[in-house]
Amino acid sequence: MINTTNYRTCPDTGFKIDLSADKLIKWNAVSGVVFLLIGGLFGLGVALTRWPAVHLLPADWFYLALTAHGFDVLLVWIIFFEVAVLYFAGAVLLGSRLAAPKVAWLAYWMMLGGAIITNIAVLRGDSTVMFTSYVPMKAAPEFYLGIIIFAVGVLLACIVFFGTLVIAKQDKTYTGSVPLVVFGATVAAIIAVFTIAAGAIILIPTLLWSVGYVGHIDTLMYKIVWWAMGHSSQQVNVVVQISLWYALAAILFGAKPLSEKVSRTAFLLYILFLQLASVHHLLVEPGLSSEYKIFNTSYALYLAVLGSMIHGLTVPGAVEAAQRKKGYNKGLFEWLRKAPWGNPAFSGFALSVVLFGFLGGITGVMMGAEQLNIIIHNTLYVPGHFHGTVVVGTTLAFMAFSYWFVPVLWQKELVMPGIAKWQPYLFGIGMGLVSVFMMGAGTLGVPRRHWDINFSDAAMAYEFPGAAHLMMGLNGMAALVGGLGAAIFILNMVGTILWGKPKTKAAPAAEPSTDTHGAQVLASHGSAEGMSVPGTFTLAMVFLVAFVLYYFVNWKYLAGVWPLS
Amino acid sequence: MSIFPPEKRIWWKEPIERSEILWIVIALVWSLIMFVMMPYWHIAGEQNLSNEAYRIRPEVFAERTEAMAEKYTVREEGDTGIPVVHPPAGSDIYMLARLWEWWPVLELEKDQTYRLHLSSMDYQHGFSLLPENINLQIHPDYEMVVTIKPNRSGEYSVVCNEFCGIGHHTMVGRIHVVDK
Ligand code: HEM
Ligand SMILES: [Cu+2]
Ligand SMILES: [Cu+2]
Repeated sequence: MINTTNYRTCPDTGFKIDLSADKLIKWNAVSGVVFLLIGGLFGLGVALTRWPAVHLLPADWFYLALTAHGFDVLLVWIIFFEVAVLYFAGAVLLGSRLAAPKVAWLAYWMMLGGAIITNIAVLRGDSTVMFTSYVPMKAAPEFYLGIIIFAVGVLLACIVFFGTLVIAKQDKTYTGSVPLVVFGATVAAIIAVFTIAAGAIILIPTLLWSVGYVGHIDTLMYKIVWWAMGHSSQQVNVVVQISLWYALAAILFGAKPLSEKVSRTAFLLYILFLQLASVHHLLVEPGLSSEYKIFNTSYALYLAVLGSMIHGLTVPGAVEAAQRKKGYNKGLFEWLRKAPWGNPAFSGFALSVVLFGFLGGITGVMMGAEQLNIIIHNTLYVPGHFHGTVVVGTTLAFMAFSYWFVPVLWQKELVMPGIAKWQPYLFGIGMGLVSVFMMGAGTLGVPRRHWDINFSDAAMAYEFPGAAHLMMGLNGMAALVGGLGAAIFILNMVGTILWGKPKTKAAPAAEPSTDTHGAQVLASHGSAEGMSVPGTFTLAMVFLVAFVLYYFVNWKYLAGVWPLS
Repeated sequence: MSIFPPEKRIWWKEPIERSEILWIVIALVWSLIMFVMMPYWHIAGEQNLSNEAYRIRPEVFAERTEAMAEKYTVREEGDTGIPVVHPPAGSDIYMLARLWEWWPVLELEKDQTYRLHLSSMDYQHGFSLLPENINLQIHPDYEMVVTIKPNRSGEYSVVCNEFCGIGHHTMVGRIHVVDK
């Protein structure tokens, strides 16, 4: 077969890059960043409205902005970026040509078109239903239609990725098994297909209902299937994020996984158990049995949580092992102290690992316990939790990866390398505090998706404690800091792409040696040499203690409320 | 390295590092403890949802609620004239959710048990009992029954915490708990 694919060779990494993949990766990533900007602005509007002293937007705009925020950041930004990562993993890491670039472009335009259609429906003001669009609240048909078109686009992108895996295998572009990062991406794509199937099952009837062809949709059934999509899509995020953690550990430190077997099995646990869990969104709903709730919310005995806890050890463990090989061997933590904290690719990665675990992970597992959910459901705690996962976890990991990937792919120097050093801290700490303050307010009962906790137009009112108002104010301030962090990131990336000087030196993010020589040395690093990552193990134990304490403190809170049966 | 194929082709035969094994065991044990906590709380804990629920048409639920209110209204509250209902201890009590109110106001006795029935007339609503912070999701066409035992007297509010349209933030109800 004559192969007409054109390649270029990356001067930094030596990767052979299919030019059509190159272009698709760039367009998808950039589109994602544009939607991060749009969605981030809506988020800022929401946060400033919830700051009682500012109360920026009128009620209708607030709910509209919240709908747009959820859709644009959670779906559009993250998924565009993930498609870019899939093409990167499939074509670049495997050095293969991309399967069916035309289909990939169709996927791209469908995603973009769908996103725009839904945004128009929301901005028109007749689809203020929140991104979850719980029936029987009805949006305009275009709202659902846009999401469906977007989802079909994503499905096509996944197919292109699978096709690329097949081509790489046939063309023998690599030997042995696929790299761990590609394995992770494959797991993500498999879960994505499941996600989209669930989405089709629920959104197509809902579209028909909003047009008038279907008379009635059961509200409980809707939520069960909707969350089969909504929840699985969060698993896609987790898997891609963890794959990028492994990628960054490899790029920055030449780190190899402590054990391929363990890391890959941990990924497989996700496929086996994660999709189960949609019921942690329905723990206080009428009509489901406790047995089913318990089994489902724990993803069958918390085996998927086990998967995440394993990655939580193996990712920093891989970094520690690599650093120790380089001679940073003093004490428990020299390897960590001597890490490149001024390199945003590293600091973003490190913050993402820590904040995801402590803010997103612990809280998510806690509130997913059947009874504990009673004191959490639909309070502001819930958005607090998921800003700990999708924002300071996933979004920050994507930012960290961008600091390496944008200069390398575009072959440009960062336009603001100085400010870039601070950006992950601004964004990570700002948004981390947003997450903490929302959770704090939530434990005092502050509702989510709520325009006015002073109840100034209400016939009856509830007076929240002063601490709740204080936390909503602090939340607004932290959102400004986090928003500034997001803005700097976007400016830096767009600026680099548009006006960056051509690259002269090696990728800044690749500073502490990415040469394959180092990798070869590391390859011989035997893994059974005893406790080779004591620092990471210590950190993992700190995490565990925090987890256990926090978990039981919440049972204690629960024990204090009115008896229910 | 994770971005290249595993160096050892037969990677699945390589031994696992000791700290990894230890951590996997610890994490597995912790996962199982968390799992057991839920059934355990059903046996030993006092805060569990019975999951008793029925399908019901909104009109029927409204009729039952009104019947209760007719029988046991003791006064009206505020300038909206919403009835305050004091049902007998131990009885079945009703509160309905609709755009944008919780109806009626209930007056309960401390340390008594009630079977609280909840349902919605229109959209989904969120029953958030404050300052207790007990949160339940209320659906139309489903009637949820929870047995409650208020153990502190005082004035409680029911704030809607599921988005239910432009008046969502005005949807507040009331439960009084009085000493007998
Ligand atoms: C500038 C950065 C951001 C700020 C200031 C921000 C702030 C907020 C606030 C205040 C809420 C409202 C909570 C409520 O009233 O219920 C919210 C909701 C939400 N945020 Fe963000 N956020 C930001 C970035 C993100 C990102 C990057 C994501 C996803 C990747 C995200 C996902 C969501 C989602 C899914 C909701 C829930 C919407 C709903 O309840 O329907 N946010 N955000
Ligand atoms: Cu409501
Ligand atoms: Cu509401």
